[in-house]
Amino acid sequence: MSRQNLIPLLQEVQEKLGYLSPQVILQVSSRLGLSPAEVYGVATFYSQFRFHPPGRHCLKVCQGTACHVRGSGLFLDTLMRKLGIKPGETTADREYSLERVMCLGSCALAPVVVCDEQVHGRVTQRKLDGLLHPSQEAAR
Amino acid sequence: MTLAECRQRALAEWAEFTHPNRLRILVGAATCGRAAGALAVLAEFRAQLRQRGLADQVVLAEVGCLGLCYAEPLVEITGGDGRRVLYQRVNPQMAAKLVELHLLAGKPQVKWALAVTGGPALEGVPAFHDLPMIRPQERIILRNCGWIDAGRSSHYLAQGGYEGLARALAMGSEAVIAEVEASGLRGRGGAGFPTGRKWSLVRKSPGKRKYVIANADEGDPGAFMNRSLLESDPHAMLEGLVIAGFAVGAAAGYVYVRAEYPLAVERLKNAVAQMRELGVLGKDILGSGFAFDLEIKMGAGAFVCGEETALIASLEGRRGMPRSRPPFPATAGLLGQPTAINNVETLAAVPVVLRRGAAWYSGHGPEKSRGTKTFSLAGKIARPGLVEVPLGATLRTIIEDIGGGVADGGRFKAVQTGGPSGGCISAEHLDTPVDYEHLAALGSIMGSGGLVVMDDKSCMVDVARYFVNFTRGESCGKCVPCRMGTQHLHLILTGVAEGRGTPESLRQLELIGRTMQQASLCGLGQTAPNPVLTTLRYFEEEYFAHVTQGACPAGVCVELVDFWIDAERCNGCMLCAQACPVEAIAGEKKKPHRIDLALCIRCGSCRTACRTDAVLVRPRAGTRDLNAEGAKAAAAAGAAKESG
Repeated sequence: MSRQNLIPLLQEVQEKLGYLSPQVILQVSSRLGLSPAEVYGVATFYSQFRFHPPGRHCLKVCQGTACHVRGSGLFLDTLMRKLGIKPGETTADREYSLERVMCLGSCALAPVVVCDEQVHGRVTQRKLDGLLHPSQEAAR
Repeated sequence: MTLAECRQRALAEWAEFTHPNRLRILVGAATCGRAAGALAVLAEFRAQLRQRGLADQVVLAEVGCLGLCYAEPLVEITGGDGRRVLYQRVNPQMAAKLVELHLLAGKPQVKWALAVTGGPALEGVPAFHDLPMIRPQERIILRNCGWIDAGRSSHYLAQGGYEGLARALAMGSEAVIAEVEASGLRGRGGAGFPTGRKWSLVRKSPGKRKYVIANADEGDPGAFMNRSLLESDPHAMLEGLVIAGFAVGAAAGYVYVRAEYPLAVERLKNAVAQMRELGVLGKDILGSGFAFDLEIKMGAGAFVCGEETALIASLEGRRGMPRSRPPFPATAGLLGQPTAINNVETLAAVPVVLRRGAAWYSGHGPEKSRGTKTFSLAGKIARPGLVEVPLGATLRTIIEDIGGGVADGGRFKAVQTGGPSGGCISAEHLDTPVDYEHLAALGSIMGSGGLVVMDDKSCMVDVARYFVNFTRGESCGKCVPCRMGTQHLHLILTGVAEGRGTPESLRQLELIGRTMQQASLCGLGQTAPNPVLTTLRYFEEEYFAHVTQGACPAGVCVELVDFWIDAERCNGCMLCAQACPVEAIAGEKKKPHRIDLALCIRCGSCRTACRTDAVLVRPRAGTRDLNAEGAKAAAAAGAAKESG
């Protein structure tokens, strides 16, 4: 397998396992005849790759320009406060992961939040509450 | 089956699909339609038809994006009388009613209708082409979007698909390049390099194996033209890529598409499989002896990979870092071989140029900028959407006529063109024709075509900081001017936004920005200061308000404002209290509310929620005396200059 396959290979592994573990990095590097540092270096360059297991639900808050001018920063703040985590982190109970993404290309429906691959447009504070698990609401 | 036979069959299929006597429901279900709930609407139509035993008699299809994003989800219904009515903002309850009332009882619902798209006119509903946002548009690239089922190659074939390729193969490579050169087509990724000349360079460069690459790494936040096109009409760009491969003498092609666009990736993969069946991809394309194959590659989330040398590094399995040019990819690109990299929109224009001829194409747009350009219109605009106009149309036409002006009765302040590489253009320049040269003269760029409109509730310091924060995160770190420049621009802008800036800060921004423009390695760093420099140029007063008075006139920079409720205007509707994320607003129903400033996080939710404009902003109490400090710093800087 040639080096050109490195990124597609990492994408496929992450699709199956949810993240890239140190073992995966080692296996991929020996498979392609590259040093683990080289593979890790490539993987960390791209924002798509995660190095920790994700939560059961993934919330992505769009921070594109259109979403920004329509106040999406506020929704990210709200989620950070409610979940008690920063973007890129997962809650202690592994229920939620929070990510900030730069533009999903649904700008006309800004602000946009993606919950488990489902795109929600024209998000409001109330819609956001509905997206969170009911148990989360009860805990408030 | 030959292509001609496939086309015959496709035309028959299309005639059946569009037959005026056939009951039909089309649901716009590109990503933006889906975000607005199109899939639930589609499911409701399907369930309704099944319940009523109509599944075999009514055509129900998923189409792409018409570009009228503000009205999504869009549904077109053809009743028994052959009249086609486009409905807007359809939800599942409306879907059930539409089946009953329009489809079966033959009563179109005027109150939900946006336009009549075909057949007899309908009292009180305009014709599609008379809609104010459609009339000024000229759709060449987007011609099929929203009308065809993007999952079926027959629909593309029926619109003249692959005729351009057939003509190209018959003409020969040199003639194809001459034709594209004569058309005046320039790169739509933003830089505007003539496409024919690029191909000619690749063709003439010596190399064992040549490549063509479609750059579908649409990373500009605020731009979605390519996504929409790939989701709604994937074959158009792919046909252009095969023609490009034939013209330059390439044997292989790649489409480098963002992983953030899953639906576009799915549509592209599906289309490539169909191309193999049609014989427009493979060892002997349409019996011409030309062998070409292509592969879809997903980006992994790095904005800098939109830069061509970085994109190539990424395709080669390396970190997506640009290198200095020359050598240009046209001589040494992928794996060191001559490579033509073109933007999605450029490639989508190519089949049309070949099918209708260079003379026809160059009849659109002004002398140096031929053809049409797609723009995505978003931000504080009444009718956000996807727009295609001839180059040379003015910003005013796009924003006011097509976009309907600023949303919610706000006042126009600026339009941001070209994403993080572009600039903010103020109201007095709205009559500027949109083409490569005019936008560059204003300090902005055409870019790939994102237009984000801002109103008087947007702060230009905040906007500049937003973009610099973006490029700071996306800078690959290879060259110092970009790596350190973006870092320091952000640091200084944060200081200004938090009330720690001085007039000297503004001079530093200017100096760092100019240095980055001249000294950065690639386009990312060279253009990253544009949002800062253009806002400094057109909105200097707003910067001065921040650094001399410690005030943010737009009420955005949280460190500089306090929110309070005007008791006379407040009608006690409680909307603000419900919108407040930290429960800092208290008050009884129908009585004026109050904000507890100790709890308030200054997010502005209440201001957005208020219907009576009762939430006001004032400079935050207790900020330092910036006037005095600013004067002192300016005096110190002046003294330093004199002594130096």
